[in-house]
Amino acid sequence: MSRLQVVSGKGGTGKTTVAAALALALATEGKRTLLVEVEGRQGIAQLFETEALPYEERKIAVAPGGGEVYALAIDPELALLDYLQMFYKLGSAGRALKKLGAIDFATTIAPGLRDVLLTGKACEAVRRKDRNGRFVYDYVVMDAPPTGRITRFLNVNGEVAGLAKVGPIHNQAQAVMRVLKSPETSVHLVTLLEEMPVQETVDGIAELRGARLPVGRIAVNMVRPEVLDADALELVRSTPRTALARSLSGAGLGGARRGGHAERLVDPLLEQAEEYAARYTLEQEQRAVLGELGLPLHELPMLAEGVDLAGLYELATELRKQGIA
Amino acid sequence: MSPDGTQAQTRPQGKDRPQGKARALAQEGARPLSPARVLDIDPLLQDPGTRIVVCCGSGGVGKTTTAAALGLRAAEMGRKVVVLTIDPARRLAQSMGIDSLDNTPRRVKGIDDAAGGELHAMMLDMKRTFDEIVEAHADPDRAAAILGNPFYQSLSAGFAGTQEYMAMEKLGQLRARDEWDLIVVDTPPSRSALDFLDAPKRLGSFLDGKLIRLLTAPAKLGGRAGMKFLNVGMSMMTGTLGKLLGGQLLKDVQTFVAAMDTTFGGFRTRADATYKLLQAPGTAFLVVAAPERDALREAAYFVERLAAEDMPLAGLVLNRVHGSGADRLSAERALAAAENLEDPRIVDQDGGKAGVRNSPDTYGSSDSPDSDPPADAASATTADATDATNAANATDAGATATEDASAPAGAPGTPERSVDQLAAGLLRLHADRMHLLSREQRTRDRFTARHPEVAVTEVAALPGDVHDLAGLRDIGDRLATGHPELPEARV
Repeated sequence: MSRLQVVSGKGGTGKTTVAAALALALATEGKRTLLVEVEGRQGIAQLFETEALPYEERKIAVAPGGGEVYALAIDPELALLDYLQMFYKLGSAGRALKKLGAIDFATTIAPGLRDVLLTGKACEAVRRKDRNGRFVYDYVVMDAPPTGRITRFLNVNGEVAGLAKVGPIHNQAQAVMRVLKSPETSVHLVTLLEEMPVQETVDGIAELRGARLPVGRIAVNMVRPEVLDADALELVRSTPRTALARSLSGAGLGGARRGGHAERLVDPLLEQAEEYAARYTLEQEQRAVLGELGLPLHELPMLAEGVDLAGLYELATELRKQGIA
Repeated sequence: MSPDGTQAQTRPQGKDRPQGKARALAQEGARPLSPARVLDIDPLLQDPGTRIVVCCGSGGVGKTTTAAALGLRAAEMGRKVVVLTIDPARRLAQSMGIDSLDNTPRRVKGIDDAAGGELHAMMLDMKRTFDEIVEAHADPDRAAAILGNPFYQSLSAGFAGTQEYMAMEKLGQLRARDEWDLIVVDTPPSRSALDFLDAPKRLGSFLDGKLIRLLTAPAKLGGRAGMKFLNVGMSMMTGTLGKLLGGQLLKDVQTFVAAMDTTFGGFRTRADATYKLLQAPGTAFLVVAAPERDALREAAYFVERLAAEDMPLAGLVLNRVHGSGADRLSAERALAAAENLEDPRIVDQDGGKAGVRNSPDTYGSSDSPDSDPPADAASATTADATDATNAANATDAGATATEDASAPAGAPGTPERSVDQLAAGLLRLHADRMHLLSREQRTRDRFTARHPEVAVTEVAALPGDVHDLAGLRDIGDRLATGHPELPEARV
């Protein structure tokens, strides 16, 4: 099991939710995981219903069986100062740099640099050991940028290579790449059973593979329960409306006669069944597309009440059940 | 028969027909809210004073499709429109004929031009846009030097704000050409919805700012007394940056910035101009969202931010709203009825087997069609049952509705049993739909409570993605209607 778990996905697919559930699942039974956020959206704080996370590792949840989930929102500017402090012991000089806008400049304008700092911080957490030589975190789960940008984000080496050919940034990038391209890392993609997210997933995987980054699993999120299967949907079409009306009437929903309450339910119910059938067909097509990728596929249920803390634990349990964690 | 059922038969007739939604809400136990203001799309698109429509919102809410649908609708109303999209789905782009990335507006064929309108569309190529700025503002030698600079190459392709900046830059260019009555802009799928407002200023202030001046013109500052601190800071800083990035990178930055600085006449000026354009009266912002918690939270944030920046908000487009033609049947009653149908023991003490969901294979394969007339069984299994038979059955069923209810037709395994299972499935689908409806309504109400001033138009959910002009036209109709067209129960 890779110790750095990177979770990406198209916007709106719930990658933050899946990353958080994965961190919870991996922490089960006494493990400690770190959930990192790199895009400054404070999505983790919202999910765990806590105040905004500072640039500091803090415990945000306890997993079943005594495990712990820590969270960290990585701020590129602070990460750079951190880094300067670590390698150059730049106390006040760092502050002077900040005042001049150099830090801002370095982290915002120089594109690759920002990403090296973010991934570098995550890799540092992966490798960090305590005094007894044990890893501080059993797993680090990263809520990463969306599918469209993930390869460029992780492939820092390529980004930085053209800019910094020598020097510490160059070395840092090399060190980060060694972790990211090793079996220590696994990049998972979250998708929905809809056309665009699936297409992006397919494209994203091709890009990741092209850059030799280790692709892990596909998590299909917000899967709606199957209420009627293909056979049932076929039967719905061939069943006379009157029979359905009588059946509904039999269930206590009013009269089956034309204009009766049960009878008047038939049309809208059939219409909803048609919508369901259309979506069902689309979903089956998308499942088939995902199936061809040859990656482990996991389906997570749509949570009836939306994602709250309880829902997060539910998803974590589901992930464990499916052997992801 | 349950008392509930009886009530259901009499209740609706006893009252004026309530608004479907309000009624559904009451049944779900939520508080009914006064409806939000309705956003009227057509007057906005028709008004010659509307020159720019900006669609913004978080990722995955249908921004691009909304922008394309608005553009098509305006064009078919007779306006000359250009739609600037950022990252359209492949098939949508193909349907508009802009699958090639050439950064130039292309006329879209196949629209209804009876009203004299035109639709053009283009897909933003951010690197190309950046290159064009350089080429337009620098002499060929200098342009070549900039375009070949590794720092420029990385910045133009990779900087997180470049796409946002270039989208706004392109908008400014299109507006300046004054060839179109209306420009509809899709905004990039930003990590935060605010990026496209911030990025131009940010990039502008960097390229035009203090640090850049220090990097490019140290000699000018060095001689002046008051600048001593800065000078010390600068040499320390260039030293540190050099150490950090490697001297060659720093040199690249300096060359790049020097070339850019003299060429551009100030990025900040351009950024300011774009910003002012967005505030101008001819601009209308539409915040696009779906009735989901995160999307609407982002939308609310956006509404507040636009107000703070004096940007003119026209309203909220709420995509993918679900409705039901049977919204008077609550989820609870639908589920109870479904259980009733699936497990006849509830009402039938004869102890039939509980119906198994999703196993309609028993349908029509009965060994013992005992309690019902064969004619019914036949009509239940034959797709081409005649209208006459249907009518007869309907009359028959209506007449015996009460009996049917107290003694459900058919034992497990009979065709009726299977029809019951199908009906139960339909009811479960309906219950899911009603739950979804009330969840969406709650989410929406939270937004409305926070921003009652924002006009809203709702677009009904479609089962699949939109791939053609007909689909876009349909979305346009839905946008203009302002509320989802619900399938009405036949009366």
